[in-house]
Amino acid sequence: MSDAKSVTPLQGAKFDGIATVQEIGPRGMITLRGTLSDATFAAAVEAVTGCTVPAQRKASFSGGNAVLWMTPDELMLMLPAGSVAGALETLAEKLAGVHHLAADVSDARALFRLSAPGVAAREVLARLAPVDIAPGQFGPGDLRRTRVGQVAAAFIMVEEGVFELVCFRSVARYVFDLLADACGETTAQPVF
Amino acid sequence: MSTRLATGGRLLNRGAAYSFSFNGASFRGYEGDTLASALLANDQLLMGRSFKYHRPRGPVASGAEEPNALVGLGEGATFEPNQRATTTELFDGLKARSQNHWPSLDFDVGVVNNSLSRFLPAGFYYKTFIAPRPFWKHLYEPIIRHSAGLGAAPKDLDEDRYEHFYAFCDVLVIGGGIAGLTAALAAGEAGARVILMEQTSHWGGRTPVDGGTIGGVAAQAHIDALVSKLEALPNVTMRLRCMGSGVYDHGYALGYERLTDHAPRNIGPRHRLWRIRAARIVTATGAIERPLAFAGNDVPGVMLASALRDYVVNYAVSPGDRVVVVTNNDDAYRTALAVKAAGLTVPAIIDARPNGGGVLAAEAEAAGISVRKGMGIAKVEGGKRVTGAAICAQAGEGAVLETIPCDAIAMSGGWSPVVHLWSHCGGKLLWDDATAMFRPDPARPPLGADGQGYVLTAGSASGPMGLAEVLADAVEVGAQAVTGAGFTAAAGDVLPVDIAAESALEPVWMMPQGAEYKLRAKAWLDFQNDVKVSDVQLAAREGYESVEHTKRYTTLGMATDQGKLSNINGLAVLSQALNAPIPQVGTTTFRPPYTPISFGAIAGAARGDVFQPLRRTPIHEWLDSHGADWEPVGQWRRPFCFPKAGESRHAAVDREVKATRASLGLLDASTLGKILVKGPDAGRFMDMLYTNMMSTLKPGRCRYGLMCNENGFLMDDGVVVRLDEDTFLCHTTTGGAEHIHAHMEEWLQTEWWDWKVYTANVTEQYAQIAVVGPKARKLLEKLGGQGVSGEDFPFMTMKDLTLGGIAVRAFRISFSGELSYEIAVPASKGLALWEAIWDAGQEFGITPYGTEALHVLRAEKGFIMIGDETDGTVIPQDLGLHWAISKKKEDYIGKRAQARSFMDNPNRWSLVGLETVDGSVLPEGALAVAEGDNANGQRNTQGRVTSTYHSPTLGRGIAMGLVLHGPDRMGEVLDFADGKGGFIKAKIVDQVFFDKDGDKQNV
Amino acid sequence: MLILTCPHCGVTAEETEFHAGGEAHLKRYGPGSSDADFEDYMFNRVNPKGVHFERWRHVYGCGKWFHAARCTATLEVFGTYPAQTHQPPEALLDIIRQKRPGWSWRDFS
Repeated sequence: MSDAKSVTPLQGAKFDGIATVQEIGPRGMITLRGTLSDATFAAAVEAVTGCTVPAQRKASFSGGNAVLWMTPDELMLMLPAGSVAGALETLAEKLAGVHHLAADVSDARALFRLSAPGVAAREVLARLAPVDIAPGQFGPGDLRRTRVGQVAAAFIMVEEGVFELVCFRSVARYVFDLLADACGETTAQPVF
Repeated sequence: MSTRLATGGRLLNRGAAYSFSFNGASFRGYEGDTLASALLANDQLLMGRSFKYHRPRGPVASGAEEPNALVGLGEGATFEPNQRATTTELFDGLKARSQNHWPSLDFDVGVVNNSLSRFLPAGFYYKTFIAPRPFWKHLYEPIIRHSAGLGAAPKDLDEDRYEHFYAFCDVLVIGGGIAGLTAALAAGEAGARVILMEQTSHWGGRTPVDGGTIGGVAAQAHIDALVSKLEALPNVTMRLRCMGSGVYDHGYALGYERLTDHAPRNIGPRHRLWRIRAARIVTATGAIERPLAFAGNDVPGVMLASALRDYVVNYAVSPGDRVVVVTNNDDAYRTALAVKAAGLTVPAIIDARPNGGGVLAAEAEAAGISVRKGMGIAKVEGGKRVTGAAICAQAGEGAVLETIPCDAIAMSGGWSPVVHLWSHCGGKLLWDDATAMFRPDPARPPLGADGQGYVLTAGSASGPMGLAEVLADAVEVGAQAVTGAGFTAAAGDVLPVDIAAESALEPVWMMPQGAEYKLRAKAWLDFQNDVKVSDVQLAAREGYESVEHTKRYTTLGMATDQGKLSNINGLAVLSQALNAPIPQVGTTTFRPPYTPISFGAIAGAARGDVFQPLRRTPIHEWLDSHGADWEPVGQWRRPFCFPKAGESRHAAVDREVKATRASLGLLDASTLGKILVKGPDAGRFMDMLYTNMMSTLKPGRCRYGLMCNENGFLMDDGVVVRLDEDTFLCHTTTGGAEHIHAHMEEWLQTEWWDWKVYTANVTEQYAQIAVVGPKARKLLEKLGGQGVSGEDFPFMTMKDLTLGGIAVRAFRISFSGELSYEIAVPASKGLALWEAIWDAGQEFGITPYGTEALHVLRAEKGFIMIGDETDGTVIPQDLGLHWAISKKKEDYIGKRAQARSFMDNPNRWSLVGLETVDGSVLPEGALAVAEGDNANGQRNTQGRVTSTYHSPTLGRGIAMGLVLHGPDRMGEVLDFADGKGGFIKAKIVDQVFFDKDGDKQNV
Repeated sequence: MLILTCPHCGVTAEETEFHAGGEAHLKRYGPGSSDADFEDYMFNRVNPKGVHFERWRHVYGCGKWFHAARCTATLEVFGTYPAQTHQPPEALLDIIRQKRPGWSWRDFS
């Protein structure tokens, strides 16, 4: 690996409003496609991340790692930046002979953390995504791929009051600006 | 005159006095006032001018249905035209101005239209289209343009913020009157998630104005108790100042919340558009009173009886000392009683019914009010203000029996349920003869995703107008709605009600019944668009039978109020003129929004920088700071060129091309699509995707490929790299990344789902930098690239390298004819690599180039460009790309289509190069003419230009084009139309203009 | 604006998350097929008033294709199922038979 400067798309941009939106990362991300129910596949995922294969529209966590359910045949593995090459080697080894696809997408994505005490972070997302984000409908460990404004994005609730949101790198600025706008001060009473 | 009463005013807070201005004059009002009530309290009855005749108008209503009192609010960056004074809450410092007049509200030159009204009949606009022709352009259009339009468009950028909000609930209740509150409580107590919205600033609707007791307490006390109970339920969301704007398919509804209109100093968005998905929607939208059609019913001072009552009871406004009430029903008697109770005079109640009213009538007579049965108003006396009512027998033609001096008239033609939201998505209506109204037909509701009706109406929106029936309906509908949403409703109690009973109304569509023409020509149906009884009758005489046609011909109901007051009266007049029953004539279609909503609310956050997504490569900022002249390519921005100070675009492109050919050019190619295709069946799949044979490609090698759609047409091209036995990397065009990935997934998921292939779109994982030109290899070597000699790293291969300490993957491919490397690097290091290349390239005069130079470089080499040479009707064979179409493959996507007779036709135009005889540049898309004319008298054509540029390398215009039998006609000169009536001669040549043998790239 | 349930990820979402893909259960005709068969496959589509089977992609979600059985007149959605099949599930056909007696669509009834 080189020591040339790696940069996240927005270099850690941050906005404080009714909630705080902050670009986070770098984080290692691997798109892994295969048969999710297959034991070899699950073992490979666990070997690399320590996480179990999550249920439909869920995320599983272990240590600092996470595994996101993206489609019935695709996961997103989240690992420390810099550990991707090793993880890809391990996956190739563990999944030798098993039909799968693993690709480093760490740099293809932008990652945001949206957080606030109480319900404010939910209020912010409800302004942008056509998703029922009310307490009781969406909680920690839940994942949703959807539309945020006019682009595709995925978000998970890490813990109450904290979301992580993933979008394509090229639209990082757009998504950050949207989130910041939705975090703007308001006298409107919260819905949730 | 109209003035403020000393006491009363249910909604007023006399402790908070506000000052505001109207047309520059200063006025005082109170918290709780609307702009209309405050203006009336200051004797400012005249609030606007009508659209067509510029007649002076005052408010006729007190709420959302108001057609007349439209004003411009605010100024500069907050100015907004066409706001209803009746729904504008007063705040301190409010600035309003009237509209639709010149030079002033009191004296308007446009009122001349009024005296010309005989010459501006229904269908005036259509009729002027006919003849005489010159009149249209030189007379009618200038006049109409000058006088048309409501209000003035804002000139400054709106400085407010707006937002959307996605909400989900089991039961959405629209309308916070007594019925909405009652239904919402029934749903809320069953545990459902409920959203309750009310368009005004207070709960309870008009029940408190009408009086009566509910469960033994005053209506207001009952409403307060309902609101408290609802507020205590955590599963109920309540919003005031939030209008149900529209109801759409599958339980979708829009709410329009005005967050800061009443308090502009509040921070935050001004409007919120609620995008709601509900299992059931209850529209408790109440009813709207109908005007009566008598001559002069638009003179300021004539109001709906309920509105006049609202002004007295809610705002302590006296609309006049002497108020005449004219009615066909009992409810208007409440207005007479309220006026009387406020200490004002009611000289007479004119009741069109021969036998008059019931209990309320008796009460009025007991209060000493004269009730004139079987009478009507022949005409209103007064111009800018009512001065009297000339009364006549309702059964007659309008002979005046007596003129009663008065300064206000309260009219009531009965009530119509507000069925708009019920109807928006297909709810059907029934005509109820007894009550003379269209009401929702509960058997034919709008249907949802589950096939069940999802809209229910509650209260007077369902038809019943009496308080007891309204409450009973609301309790039942609330339970029905929540049951439909999957909950168990508790048995609801219907509380006993004590309020005066009403006797039946008798429909009155024209007053008097046999009104003569000059009365009918002053009897307004649509106040905002100035449509009179005579206009609708004229339309009927001219053959308009459909209410939808009549509406458009007369413009009845087509103003911003969408005919809330005029619809029923208008179609009743039409039905009489057609001698057909009302239900047979039917209603016009109700469409969202219920009242106009702001563009800002519709746009939400999508404005300014986030109007639409703008995609940026990892090198975007560097390019921007180095003079990129951007052009949009889909949602990307790519540099068109990099002009230096004082340099034209054209000169910049020439310089970039020359520098690249002579030494070294640098291109940000990150936008190109990069898709991984992997699996045991990947080769087989690639052979289906591309016209070429891809399964034979050796790992580490590159191959240019073509992709067609199933209809045979060329859709994308790019270089395919085989990374290993199982894995291909497909490069697509910039615009192709997403849709080509989608195309692959579609075939894999819907046709060949048993094939073992996975794809992944890794476009944005990599920055891709093209290093192009004779010095490209030297640059790589300088950056530490090992094994990059022509032998070690030949054309159409890939190699992993370390450049400037950064691990990269390089592809030796060329879209310019030069020695060229495309270098892929993880996006996070894209800028670092670019800067390393930039620094190292200085000694070679490295020149960044944009998309235009890219196009010129490829055109000089005769390479096709998707979107230029292709337009969705071009097959690879048209472009002479037979070499890229495998003959050995049994099948590929598009192969069968290319065997169809038209695709196989030797007369399809084929790609050639074109060289103008005089060296000029052919116009884009220019057509080559052929002998003779076609059936339309147009010149026959035999070819067209697909790409055309000035070639700085050759110093002349070059082009490519599709020409009939083109490749067989080398050297022939064609005439291309220049679009200005002349022709440009161009010779058919080989499409490769430069370095035909490829010496420059094979080094 | 419709709501549909994606059978792949289980999400019930509004139409803006989906992309419509036209008539479902087309049989592909490739090289060697007759002009008539190819033309039918490529261009001719049924356009029924009533029960219809159509293709949708959950484009802003899991990206997967599925089929929906829908009434084009009332917009009622009878059900959705993954696109990896040549015919609708029998249970869904039963639902439609019950709700629309006597219906037929191409070879299904």
